[in-house]
Amino acid sequence: MELFWFIVLVCMLGIYVVLDGYDFGAGIVHLFFAKDEQERKAVTNAIGPFWDANEVWLIAAGGVLFFAFPTLYASSFSGFYLPLMMVLWFIIFRAVGLELRGQIHNRLWERFWDKAFGIASLCLALFFGAALGNVVRGVNLGMVENGVSTQEAHYFFLPLWNPTFDPLAEHQGIIDWFTILLGLVSVVTLTIHGANWIILKSSSTLNPRLRTIIYRLNYVLLLLVVASALLWHYVKPQALNNLFAHYWLWIFPVMAAVGLFSLFRIRSFKKDGTGFLFSTLFIVGSFGSTVASLFPTMLPSTNQVNPSLTLYNVAAHEYGLSVGLGWFIIAAILVVLYFIIQFRVFKGKLDDVGYGDH
Amino acid sequence: MFAMEDMILYNRLQFAFTITFHYLFPQLTMGLSLMIVYFKWKFLRTNMLHYNDAAKFWMKIFALNFAMGVVTGIPMEFQFGTNWAKFSELTGGIIGQTLAMEGMFSFFLESSFLGMFIFGEKLLGHKLHFVAGLMVFIGSWASGFLIIATHSWMQHPVGYEILENGKFVLNNFKALFDNPWLWPSFLHNQAGSLITSSFFMAAVGAFYLLSGLHKPFGKIFVKSGVIFGFIASVLVAFPTGDMAAKNVVKYQPVTFAAMEGIFETEDGGSEIVLIGQPDMEKKKLDNKIAVPNILSFLTYQRWDAQIKGLNEFDEATHPTNVPALYYSYHIMAGLGTIFIAVMGIAVFLLWRKKLYESNWLLWILMFLIPFPYIANTAGWYTAELGRQPWLVYNLMRMVDGVSPTVSSGNTLFTFLGFIGLYLLLGLLFLMLVIKIIRKGPESQLSLN
Repeated sequence: MELFWFIVLVCMLGIYVVLDGYDFGAGIVHLFFAKDEQERKAVTNAIGPFWDANEVWLIAAGGVLFFAFPTLYASSFSGFYLPLMMVLWFIIFRAVGLELRGQIHNRLWERFWDKAFGIASLCLALFFGAALGNVVRGVNLGMVENGVSTQEAHYFFLPLWNPTFDPLAEHQGIIDWFTILLGLVSVVTLTIHGANWIILKSSSTLNPRLRTIIYRLNYVLLLLVVASALLWHYVKPQALNNLFAHYWLWIFPVMAAVGLFSLFRIRSFKKDGTGFLFSTLFIVGSFGSTVASLFPTMLPSTNQVNPSLTLYNVAAHEYGLSVGLGWFIIAAILVVLYFIIQFRVFKGKLDDVGYGDH
Repeated sequence: MFAMEDMILYNRLQFAFTITFHYLFPQLTMGLSLMIVYFKWKFLRTNMLHYNDAAKFWMKIFALNFAMGVVTGIPMEFQFGTNWAKFSELTGGIIGQTLAMEGMFSFFLESSFLGMFIFGEKLLGHKLHFVAGLMVFIGSWASGFLIIATHSWMQHPVGYEILENGKFVLNNFKALFDNPWLWPSFLHNQAGSLITSSFFMAAVGAFYLLSGLHKPFGKIFVKSGVIFGFIASVLVAFPTGDMAAKNVVKYQPVTFAAMEGIFETEDGGSEIVLIGQPDMEKKKLDNKIAVPNILSFLTYQRWDAQIKGLNEFDEATHPTNVPALYYSYHIMAGLGTIFIAVMGIAVFLLWRKKLYESNWLLWILMFLIPFPYIANTAGWYTAELGRQPWLVYNLMRMVDGVSPTVSSGNTLFTFLGFIGLYLLLGLLFLMLVIKIIRKGPESQLSLN
C-alpha cells in the first residue's frame, strides 16, 4: 500500500514538473528572449489558461504527501523551512505578475510586472532544481552533533548555506555547489521546455528564433548534465546501485538521453509539438532516474546515527491508506476528464485568447 | 523557556495572519460563484442581455479574488508542515485525508473550469458556459466543505485511535463526514460567505445608484444583493448559527461559558450579555448590559435552565484568551443582528418599490461593505480561539504541535516577510477592485 502511494506521489510530482515546468520556462523565455509587446503577449497567452490548473498539481501532490507520508511531510517541510517559504513568496509574486499585468495599461506598470513574472519564474526553476539536489544529497537527520542526535531522529533544519558551500560538510546548507549545479540544470531544461511549449501554443514571430535558442541551449544542457552526473557520483557513490540491481530501470536514463539528443534536431522538426514531446521525455527520464536511484529512500540521512527516511518508515497507517484508495481513484478519473475537456476547449494555438485583457 | 514561548507566539501569529488574510478572498468567491451562476441562469431563461453583462462583470471581480485566494491559499497548506510539523506528523494520517481530498476533488475542478468560464464564453456557447460556472461553484463549495471537515475533526475528533507513539490513526473514514460538528459549521460558514458576497453586490449597486454611474446595473445589483443578503442573514443566525452554538454547548461547554462571558454559574437561568468588558483579574464584566434568562432560553428552550460558568471548569482547560474569544463572538453576533435588521428594512422597501429612491438606506448599504468581512473573521476567531489551548480538542495541546527545529528567529523573519508581501498584495487588490467597479459592467445593449 505504501508502494502504491509512493508511485502516486512520484507520478503527481512528475506531472507537476512537466506542466508547471513549461510555465516557469515560458517565464524565463519571457524575461530573456521576448523582444516586444506582441511577443510577450504570445508567451502569456500560451500559458494563461493553464498555469493555475498546473499549479494545482503541486498542491494536490502536497496533499497526498501529507496524507500518505505525514512523517516525511512534517520532517521535510520544517527542515526545508526557509527555501519553502521563499518558494511560496516567488509563487505569489509570479502569479500576481501574470494576473495583474493586464489590469492597467501603463508602460511602467507592465514592465514592472513583466520583470516580476520573469525573475520569479527564473528563481523558482533554480530553487526546484536545488531542492532536488538537497533530496539527492541528503540531510543531517536528527541534527547529529558529535555522534549524538540533538533532535528526534527524523527532524532537521537547514540554513540557506554554510560558508564552505560543500555538500559533504557535516552541517549542510540548502545551497552548495552540488545543489546549485542541479539548479542550473533545471533552469536550462525548463527554458528549453517552456520554449517548446510556446512554439506549440502560439504562432508568433518568436517561434523561429526559439528553435535556434533551444538548439544552442541544448549544448549547454548536455554539458551541465554530464558534469552533474559525474559530480553526482562523487557526492553519492552508491547512486547507481539500484540501476545495476534492476536493469529495467535503465529505461529512465535512456529516455532522458533520447529526449536530450533528439532536441539537437529541433530546427528540422516539422510539427510544432515534437520539441515539447522530447523535452518532456528528457524531464520524465531524468526525474525517473533520480527516483530510481534513491528508491526506497525518500530523504537520505548523511549521518551514521539515524536511518534514512524511506517510504516504509514514514507512511501513514494501513487503514487510512486503503480507504484513501477508494476516493483517490474516483478523483483521478475526474481529473483526467477535466483535462480532456480543458484541452479540447483550448486546443490549438491561443494567439487570440486575450489573456489578461480586462 | 522564554525562547519556546516566542517560538509558539510567532508561529501562531504567522498562521493567524496568513489565514485571516487568505480568508478575505474565499468568503467572497464562494458566495459570489453562486450569484454569478444565478445571473447566468436568469440570462438563459429570460434572454435579457443585462443579466449576461452582470454575470461577466462579477466574473472579473471573482477572477481577481479567486487569484488572490489561490496564491494566499498555497502557504496555508505548506504551513501545516513548515510551522506545525509535530501536529502534522501526529495527525497527518487523519487530517491529511480531507486536505488531500480537497486538492484532488475541488482544486482541479475549480481551476480547470475557471479557465473555461473566464476565457471560454465564445468557444463554449452560453449553455456550456453556464455549466462551467456551475462547476466552479461546486468546486469552491466542495473546497469549503473539506476544509471545514478538517476543522471539525480538530474541534470534535472522531473516528480515530491513538497509538503508543502518540500518532492519531484513522479507523473510521465515514465518521469524518458524519461528524456532528461538520454540517452546522459548514452551512453556517457558507451562509456567512453568501452574506459577504451579497452585501458586496448591494454596496456596489448602491454606489452606482447614488453616484448615477451605470444606473440600470445599480438596480439589478441592489435588488439581487438585498434579496440574497436577507436570506443569508437569516440563515446564518437561524438555523445554522443556532445549531453551531448548540454544538459548542454540548461538546465544549467551557468555551461556551467564555464566549458568553459567564464567569459564575447562575441559579434560575442565565442572562445574555450584550455589552461589557471581561475583567480577568476580578472575574467579572465591567459596565455590563444584559437581558435576564434569555441565554438559558436560547440554549435549552427553558427560561431557568442552568448554564455552567467558567468557575466550574479546571483552569488548565479554559480558553487561553477569554476576552479575545468573548469579543470575537460578540462582534460576530452583534453584526449579524444588525445585518438582519438592515436587510429586512431593505427587502420591505424593495417590496414597496421605494428602495431605489431611499438614499439614506443606499448610503447604509454602501458603508456596510467591510462589516461582513469583519463578522466572518470574528466568527472564525470565535471557533479557533474557542478551541484553545487545544489543537485537537481535549487530546493535543497547541504547544505540542510546533515544528521542533525551526527557531523563533526564523519564524519571525518569515512572519515579517508575509506582512510585507501581503500588505503589497492588499494594496494592489484594493486598487484594482476599485478600478473594476468604477469602470462598471460593459453593456452589450448600448453597443448595438
